[in-house]
Amino acid sequence: MSTTKKLAAMAVGLGLVTLPVLSACGSSSDSDSADSGAGSKTVTLVSHDSWAVSKSVLADFEKQSGYKVRVLKSGDAGQAVNKAILTKDNPQGDVFFGVDNTLLSRALDNGLFQSYEPKGSDLVMPEYRADEDKHRVTPIDTGDICVNYDKAYFSKHKLTPPSSFDDLVKPAYKNLLVTENAATSSPGLGFLLGTAAQYGDDGWPDYWKKLKANGVKVVDGWEQAYNEEFSGSAGGKKAGADRPLVVSYASSPPAEVIFADPKPSTAPTGVATGTCFRQVEYAGLLSNAKNAEGGKALLDFMLTKTFQDDMPMNMFVYPVREAAQVPEEFVKYGPQAKDPETMDPAKIADNRDQWVKSWTSLVLK
Amino acid sequence: MDLARTEVTPRKGAGKRKDAGKRKNGGERKGAAKSVAARLGLLAVPVAFFAVFFAYPVAAIVARGLKADGVWQLGRITDVLGDAGIRHVLWFTTWQALASTALTLLIALPGAYVFARLDFPGKHVLRAVVTVPFVLPTVVVGTAFLALVGRGGLLDELWGLRLDTTVWAILLAHVFFNYAVVVRTVGGLWSQLDPRQEEAARMLGASRIAAWRKVTLPALGPAVAAAALMVFLFTFTSFGVVQILGGPTFSTLEVEIYRQTSEIFDLSTAAVLTLIQFAAVGAVLAVHAWTVRRRETALRLVDASTTARRPRGAGQWALLAGVLVSVALLLVLPPAVLVQRSFDAPDFGYYRALTSDDSGIFLVAPIEAIGNSLEYAVVATVIAVVIGGLAAAALTRRDAGRLVRGFDALLMLPLGVSAVTVGFGFLIALDEPPLDLRSSWILVPLAQALVGVPFVVRTMLPVLRAVDERLREAAAVLGASPWRVWREVDLPMVRRALLIAAGFAFAVSLGEFGATVFIARPDHPTLPVAVARLLGRAGELNYGQAMALSTILMVVCAVALLVLERLRGDRTGEF
Repeated sequence: MSTTKKLAAMAVGLGLVTLPVLSACGSSSDSDSADSGAGSKTVTLVSHDSWAVSKSVLADFEKQSGYKVRVLKSGDAGQAVNKAILTKDNPQGDVFFGVDNTLLSRALDNGLFQSYEPKGSDLVMPEYRADEDKHRVTPIDTGDICVNYDKAYFSKHKLTPPSSFDDLVKPAYKNLLVTENAATSSPGLGFLLGTAAQYGDDGWPDYWKKLKANGVKVVDGWEQAYNEEFSGSAGGKKAGADRPLVVSYASSPPAEVIFADPKPSTAPTGVATGTCFRQVEYAGLLSNAKNAEGGKALLDFMLTKTFQDDMPMNMFVYPVREAAQVPEEFVKYGPQAKDPETMDPAKIADNRDQWVKSWTSLVLK
Repeated sequence: MDLARTEVTPRKGAGKRKDAGKRKNGGERKGAAKSVAARLGLLAVPVAFFAVFFAYPVAAIVARGLKADGVWQLGRITDVLGDAGIRHVLWFTTWQALASTALTLLIALPGAYVFARLDFPGKHVLRAVVTVPFVLPTVVVGTAFLALVGRGGLLDELWGLRLDTTVWAILLAHVFFNYAVVVRTVGGLWSQLDPRQEEAARMLGASRIAAWRKVTLPALGPAVAAAALMVFLFTFTSFGVVQILGGPTFSTLEVEIYRQTSEIFDLSTAAVLTLIQFAAVGAVLAVHAWTVRRRETALRLVDASTTARRPRGAGQWALLAGVLVSVALLLVLPPAVLVQRSFDAPDFGYYRALTSDDSGIFLVAPIEAIGNSLEYAVVATVIAVVIGGLAAAALTRRDAGRLVRGFDALLMLPLGVSAVTVGFGFLIALDEPPLDLRSSWILVPLAQALVGVPFVVRTMLPVLRAVDERLREAAAVLGASPWRVWREVDLPMVRRALLIAAGFAFAVSLGEFGATVFIARPDHPTLPVAVARLLGRAGELNYGQAMALSTILMVVCAVALLVLERLRGDRTGEF
């Protein structure tokens, strides 16, 4: 302990030496560092890299509530959860957003959240609700992990795109699918869980053996699968990618339209609707939050219609609140699957690590 | 790279300084004690910096993984080592590093010769060009490299050859990154070896090969060894390249540490792996320090500008052509593909899109990342130069003792420790006042400076050591304070080295990704972070903007390095 103190003292000394120099250079970015006091008017949201919200919507909340929102993005979804758990005794913020159903149990078992039932919870569609007896987390958005296909490839080869898990192991689709490492990628894990939901605890390894025999390619992350390997994406076209099937999201086709210039009249990619696994993302009030009141206000805000309407175009997810608006492009190019695979978070918790391990030795080794 | 280059440059004054040291021993004890105290005082700041921002966070995260209920779980070490998968990772890490090092030497040594001994137009520009890859973030390089060896890449188009799922992609990317290490380390010394020695040997009847083997090779040996060890260190700890090009089948220790920490959240396995990597990197650095000491023999060095000549004869022309082709294929082509893709929209569409802030990813227009990157890099450079400069000043005296020499090697350790370890360490270690820096902007330049300091020390130290001790003594005898001695004697002689050190720290900070991505704030993304975030989204515009930002980053790095070449270009003497 005394060494720690000594180190701290040294650091302060060092700070005195270097800080005057530094402040000259970085003055534009230190505006909100004095916010840790109690009764603070700043509320801090910890999230993953995909967090996004329209400026005007956030500004409205700040105006109405009187809180200033500070956002800390801390890596991809898995990283953000892990980092939040590491720092749970002295959290970096008040609210955490972005733990999904595949990792929910890790967060809950580690005591990441405290109970709070935000206003508007009753308007959340029932199928997305979780932890209803303790209210430690609130569903915020949902999305489907599905196989996407490159329309041009299938029309050129006069081939019907696959529509189900069963289709993917058929010889007609040999060497066409690229997916992500289930151990390191969230869509990769979702796809594995989808097959486990479809074929059962004992049946999925057989399915994957067939998939492997049918030439499935596994890469580490979504970025590489989608931008470098999948022939239907903008990046893949430039890279000369040659896999017309990829594990991605149901909202990827709308993104291909919205981020294209000029906008095409129809999406270049489609969704194999029988291959979907439903992901739900939750937010919660962090245990030991310094500004719990502000955190509660922020959680309330995330269930308002304003936020839920704004969310799809920013994060490419679907709202969970009843009667929230889904953008036209979503309805047109990436409708939600009617009957996606789902799995109880508790079951995922019990099996995730073991399945990923078996999957790794089955598919990668 | 300069860290190694300058270090293996022997100095003309070596013999003289030895005498100076002897005289000192017979001189006034009190003065010596005072100077030792002053030097230890200088060392206090870098020691404190590394203790607080490196050793403490890393120790904290390792302890979190290996301590349960206050008891060290050392049994975990044997558990982890007993795992076949982990042993495979260890084996792959080692052999790919050895293979990468061998391949880099094979391809880059002819380059070192060409840059050292041949004179051709555009040499300075080309030297900057081959250095750019070294400071590029791996996320950019990985994408660029797929374009070369992947599907639709050059090899694919010419011969239908694809390497992106093989270990060759990793090895070639390692050559891409480390080419400059060899060219600058070995070439730097080669250019200053007196060619007349080899000529004399041939005059005395030695064959060309024998003369090279008996005269030039022994003189170059230590430089080659030092370069090889640095390449081995960089490739042994390779992360981004292996993660992007290796896919899920190939994994180095560093990648495995990242997965265990960040994805699987098995902190005890991660802690054991961190310790293993620590031991390996420590061993490499110890060997490196040993080779550096061993080569501290006086060599006859001459001004580099007098040794390079226009190529003569078919052999030299062929060599020059071969090197230029390999540079074009391996080092220029992959980034060129990124540049080409960034312009693949009418009217510079991707560049124009960078100025719009309605995407919601960053809360700011992506173009602002350039300003952020420059701001952070300036601050990081100031920190690195202050810390590294103080360390170098304190370590100047070579009779300072084993302990101080050990610290010299310790300063290199951050290069060999996983950014995820440091990043997670920051999270749990720097969380209490007065050190609650977790969400402070200063953490970004601090993490970048950690990587920049070794470069500053390596650049400054040889130059500072080359200052004749008698000049300092004379100034002291005439009544100058230690500070005044430094200002009037040392500073004027090392000003250029200081600028070059600052330039390198700046370029390395610009490209730093691993640690920055953990701590950069969403409203203040740096260029590499912005590129990674854009690549993480679907859609043509996002991909195109990522390419455009990568291009901008490469241009900024290239400009910084070209300015350095200018500084180096008109040098006289040994540096």
